[in-house]
Amino acid sequence: MTMSTKTPNDRRRFLLSIARGIGLSAMGALVWSAYVGEVKAAPLVLRPPGALDEAEFIKNCIKCGLCVEACPYDTLILARPGDNLPIGTPFFTPRSVPCYMCTDIPCVPVCPSGALNEPSVSSYVKSKAVLDINKSRMGLAVVDESSCIAVWGIQCDACYRACPLLGEAITIETSKNERTGKHAFLKPVVHADVCTGCGMCEHACVTEIAAIHIFPRALAMGKVGDHYIKGWDKTDEKRLEGASIEVTKTKISEKSALDSLNDEGGL
Amino acid sequence: MERTSDSTKGAFMSLDRREFLKSAAAASAATAIGMAVPASVEAAAVQGQAGWRWDKAACRFCGTGCGIMMATKDDRIVAVKGDPLAPVNRGLNCIKGYFNAKIMYGADRLTQPLLRMNDKGQFDKQGKFKPVSWKRAFDEMEIHIKSALKEKGPTGIAMFSSGQQTAMEGHAALKLMKAGFRTNNIDPNARLCMASAVTGFMNVFGADEPSGCYEDIELAETIVAFGSNMAEMHPILWSRVSDRKLSNPDKVQVVVLSTYKHRTMDLADVEIIFKPNTDLAIWNYIAREIVYNHPEAMDKEFLDKNIVFATGPVDIGYGLREDIHHPKYGAKELDTAAKQKSKVLTADEGVSLGYLGYKEGDTLEMKNTNDANKHWKITFEEFKKGLAPYTLDYVAHVSKGDADESMESYKAKLKKMADLYIEKKRKCLTFWTMGFNQHTRGTWVNEQAYMVHFLLGKQAKPGNGAFSLTGQPSACGTAREVGTFSHRLPADMVVMNPAHRKMAEGIWALPDGTINPKAGSHFTQIHRDLEDGKVKFAWVSVCNPYQDTGNADHWIKAARNMDNFIVTSDGYPGISAKVSDLILPSAMMYEKWGAYGNAERRTQHWRQQVTPMGDSMSDTWQFVELSKRFTIKEVWGAQPIPGLDGGLPDVMGKAKAMGYNDNSTLYDVLFGNARAKAFKWPDPVGKGYQNSEVEGDKRNVIGSDGKPFKGYGFFIQKYLWEEYRKFGDGHGHDYADFDTYHRVRGLKWPVVDGKETFWRYNAKYDPYAKKANNGAFAFYGHAFKDIPTGNLKGVTNSAKVNLDNKAKIFFRPYMEPTEVPDKNYDIWLCTGRVLEHWHSGTMTMRVPELYRAVPEALCYMHPADAEKRGVKRGEMVWVESRRGKVKAHVETRGRNRPPKGLVFVPWFDEKVFINKVCLDHTCPISKQIDHKKCAVKIYKA
Amino acid sequence: MKNYRYLILRRLTQITLLVLYVGANAWGWKMLQGNLSTSSILGAIPLSDPYAVIQIAVTGASLGMDILLGALIVTLFYGVIGGRAFCSWVCPINIITDTAAWLRRALKFSEVQKRFYMSRSLRYWILGLSLILSALMGVAAFELISPISMAHRGLIFGMGMGGGALIVIFLFDLLVHENGWCGYVCPLGATYSLIGKFSLIRVFHDAEKCTDCRSCITVCPEKEVLHMINRSSESVLMGECTNCGRCVDVCQEDALGFSIRSFTKQPKDEE
Repeated sequence: MTMSTKTPNDRRRFLLSIARGIGLSAMGALVWSAYVGEVKAAPLVLRPPGALDEAEFIKNCIKCGLCVEACPYDTLILARPGDNLPIGTPFFTPRSVPCYMCTDIPCVPVCPSGALNEPSVSSYVKSKAVLDINKSRMGLAVVDESSCIAVWGIQCDACYRACPLLGEAITIETSKNERTGKHAFLKPVVHADVCTGCGMCEHACVTEIAAIHIFPRALAMGKVGDHYIKGWDKTDEKRLEGASIEVTKTKISEKSALDSLNDEGGL
Repeated sequence: MERTSDSTKGAFMSLDRREFLKSAAAASAATAIGMAVPASVEAAAVQGQAGWRWDKAACRFCGTGCGIMMATKDDRIVAVKGDPLAPVNRGLNCIKGYFNAKIMYGADRLTQPLLRMNDKGQFDKQGKFKPVSWKRAFDEMEIHIKSALKEKGPTGIAMFSSGQQTAMEGHAALKLMKAGFRTNNIDPNARLCMASAVTGFMNVFGADEPSGCYEDIELAETIVAFGSNMAEMHPILWSRVSDRKLSNPDKVQVVVLSTYKHRTMDLADVEIIFKPNTDLAIWNYIAREIVYNHPEAMDKEFLDKNIVFATGPVDIGYGLREDIHHPKYGAKELDTAAKQKSKVLTADEGVSLGYLGYKEGDTLEMKNTNDANKHWKITFEEFKKGLAPYTLDYVAHVSKGDADESMESYKAKLKKMADLYIEKKRKCLTFWTMGFNQHTRGTWVNEQAYMVHFLLGKQAKPGNGAFSLTGQPSACGTAREVGTFSHRLPADMVVMNPAHRKMAEGIWALPDGTINPKAGSHFTQIHRDLEDGKVKFAWVSVCNPYQDTGNADHWIKAARNMDNFIVTSDGYPGISAKVSDLILPSAMMYEKWGAYGNAERRTQHWRQQVTPMGDSMSDTWQFVELSKRFTIKEVWGAQPIPGLDGGLPDVMGKAKAMGYNDNSTLYDVLFGNARAKAFKWPDPVGKGYQNSEVEGDKRNVIGSDGKPFKGYGFFIQKYLWEEYRKFGDGHGHDYADFDTYHRVRGLKWPVVDGKETFWRYNAKYDPYAKKANNGAFAFYGHAFKDIPTGNLKGVTNSAKVNLDNKAKIFFRPYMEPTEVPDKNYDIWLCTGRVLEHWHSGTMTMRVPELYRAVPEALCYMHPADAEKRGVKRGEMVWVESRRGKVKAHVETRGRNRPPKGLVFVPWFDEKVFINKVCLDHTCPISKQIDHKKCAVKIYKA
Repeated sequence: MKNYRYLILRRLTQITLLVLYVGANAWGWKMLQGNLSTSSILGAIPLSDPYAVIQIAVTGASLGMDILLGALIVTLFYGVIGGRAFCSWVCPINIITDTAAWLRRALKFSEVQKRFYMSRSLRYWILGLSLILSALMGVAAFELISPISMAHRGLIFGMGMGGGALIVIFLFDLLVHENGWCGYVCPLGATYSLIGKFSLIRVFHDAEKCTDCRSCITVCPEKEVLHMINRSSESVLMGECTNCGRCVDVCQEDALGFSIRSFTKQPKDEE
């Protein structure tokens, strides 16, 4: 098979095949990118400890499963076709198997790609980095008060007792039960600044569908602007570090002062 | 519909009006009691509209005694709700109570009798379980009971009964064993749970069960949980304590004492971690503070009028086998076993037992192991002398349990606790559970709680009292009140007392002399008797003795390898079923009529809600059917009883004089007699409800005679109740009649003139105390009220003095427990429960949600202890004692946080069989096992 | 047996590797952990799929040292020694596509079926497209749909619906196009074709011994690489050759065999 002699027909055939290639590619690219976009957007996914932000994580993760193999509790699984998640990336479902928060975090150091970031789950003890699972932020527990039976007054608090950081990540808030007149509500309250999102609480929750649920932190949490600092909390000033005020624009200030002054239409 | 709240209101009306108004807490409690119930709720309680039926019942689980409502539909329980009318819980429940609807429907529910058989269909101890008919099951029981009776006499058979039997079941079991088979070898698992509380009550008050009630919570200002993890074990009461704290956070102070940090400490103003067994020293410190440093705090008038001081011997052993070289002991067990005979006193004991002339290094010979509960009256001065060594320095040194805590901080806490008791007019409430009861000096430490309350005059008054919480739903209502103990009869009576026997024989229509006057074997002793070949037939009823008794390897070997026959009646296949020879499928709680009695003397009845599953039948039915297999001639002849001169008399002559004949069966005498048949069925109280024992049911279960069971035809549960309540009527144990309990949300006995009693012994609230005409208080219990006189060292005048209407304050010294960590077994083991699971988990481990919440028992330990042993959190370790070992995962954080040197392992998980590790040492007085302390070693598995 | 020597060796290699991978996940063996995307030998030496690493690189991710080193090791190994051997000696899909091809021959599908036109250069288009998509979407695009990693992960970590991809490839190769996946579509194979272009181990054809029985052409999954058969004695130099050795196995005349690439002896053009 050689290409040494080319007739005009050959040339036309060649051009045509190029065009066809481009056409097919474009079509393939459309389908392919639609799919990739779809799974990438999968919002409700909980990543192993130390995972980078979701966008960075799925860029970096090479889907090798070394973290999965390192997990002693079979918590982590690699997304499979049909899971509707970026295929091959590690995640966990706390209702089935939560993260047991191993102190030596075996899943993180084995990550070859840096998608699981060791420094983010390390503390410095005597200027030496030591793994510290309490620093992981896999997600955030959110209580649905309408289905939490502790909110009804049932003495449950299974989530609280299951919490590896009980008394810190989940505390009990007591209040009087005016209906009975002699019992107290013992309500679980999650503290976002401590909660690691390990999911022990969701796993333990005894309602049919868990009333306490782990959400990715980006979905569960809001953010307060840096332009206001708590006057009663010294540590809150940390937020000033990145603070800056941009030019503000609202519908009323869209136009320059000059333009709007010269526009008499509204009068 | 009559309502409990009416009678509750009544009782409160009789409260001193000023006192009532003074207390903000009382006001809030009254709001609660007078609380209006929405009409919609009331309507629902009567009859469902949409195909389901609501009816009231009690919660299956702990001794709190929450009221629930059950919804049934198509003969199945489909839902529960907390009963909004129930005074205890007002419609709330805990996480276990929340699952009452699911407990009977586990996939592996036992539905037919199962017998170990060989291929030929014969009973074979080494065979596999195979289904048999009820007839065959009773045939086998009859054969084995008869052969055991022939070989050993009445003491050759035994029953492990339960604080979870209904009162009627307990009464039937008691009659069958004590009146029928004339054996006192019936003892409940409540022996492992409440016995020390009972002996404490008996010694101090002369009568069992608390003087106060739950309403104390809303009135108290100092609330002490001492050896009780109420937050997990009595959650509804804990929510009442929490509410009380919230109502006045500065005034109400909560003190929690334990050997490790647990959830109850969340609410504590003072949390004290003490060394195992040193609760004895802590109480004496508080008493010393009162007597030496705050004599003005003592209620002199009360003490003079109502109290005597007493003490008893210390050389009483640890409830282990008397034969310290018993052949069944393994070599490693011998050094602990030897403590039963003698022990070398430590430096701390040298101080605490100095009043007897002992010093460190002396050998204490245990001479009073068989007479551990003897005690004598002493003077207040002697009592005061006994307390002398318990200075803050000594007690802090002895008892500080957390090595990381500073001595100053610990002393400050002890001092604060003492102040919170002592402060004049401050109402004090002390709760305890297994921390005191499962204790080698359990009786003593119970007595000490009353000691402090009595010294301050803070007992048997609203908001004041030492209050023993119960673990089981009917430890009070059945085990204690019906008296399914080896020495008891109903209403605080005992078999050793001829007058009590006579009364029982009268009520039960037995010939004089039928009842065996010699107390039988207690729970652990039944195990030991099986191991010694003294008991040949044992029946396990509504309990799990092969999982719940320490040193379990011995008992399991005895069951499986010795020549005996073990029957287990159960709803699910637990460890006890597994080691038995015959398994009987039992109807569970809501599949039968019944009654439970909770920790505050509240009796609650319920109706049968649904047909039992499979071929299962109630325990009552099982007892009654067995009674048909024995004629009185077979059991009422002369019988040998080891240790009883002359044995039991032949009472057949007297029986015939009473109209019985040779062919009368135990059924005819005990259950199917004319008195019973007077209780007709149908009965208005059962209208719309079924009664499988009385009329059979749609299943037509093939019964013990091989024919479909069609029912007894008379209202047997009502008969058992009405006959039972005769024992207490007019004796301070009065109950209401059967029908009343089906109208109300439980009543606290004594129920006199239709009114329940809130505070016993207090003439203002207790008609019996008023009747005694002894002033404001009358401790009218009759037990141990004639005692000799002496000093701290012993009896000086053996002439007995009568103490009618008086209670006792005991002086009891500090002693160390049986087994203390040493270099081989270097860490304490404490066992207990978790909120999610009930006892051995036979029910709750079958509820998927509870199983998922807590699937296994963990070994809770201090991170430093784990690190020292090279184990990380989550890894498997062996927990090994001189008796056995189990594997468990290590938890270094979470709900329980032991100090260095102690591990905690819950016992609900049959896969982490921690009772193989525990020691079977008991309080020598109460015979209750101490599962809270033994020495173990921990190493990586 | 001689006729199957390399086939058996390849299957042994493929299966041994799989067993080691599965063992690592199931029983914690340390020999070979991870999967074909990235592995670790004895927990020390990293191996990474160069194609996956390139995709990650174009997303703009900061690459971890381990995967860079791993990709380098793998690239050097195949680039210098093995050629496109990954496809026939390691890749688990190869077992499926080989089976499909064998069945297709046995059932004589190619004889009855009109050939469906597909260009062998399609895979290079896909390769290019995957890199563009990766860069645009910020995620390794082919890795999200790769049936190879899906299958391999599936075998090690549990299949889920990943088994579907295998069946699709099998049916595609059996019913639509002979050697369709490996020979036309797979961009990973395309990558290894490029990497292995200049590797040392090559099949050498001795035209002297050739009887022109064409058995080699029949079994070859990349038939165009054997353009020299019966024409000239030379090494098979096209990067698409997977060094599977089937041609060597089936040649009864020893006209084909593995050899080290000769840089001195250039093939002469017969025309």
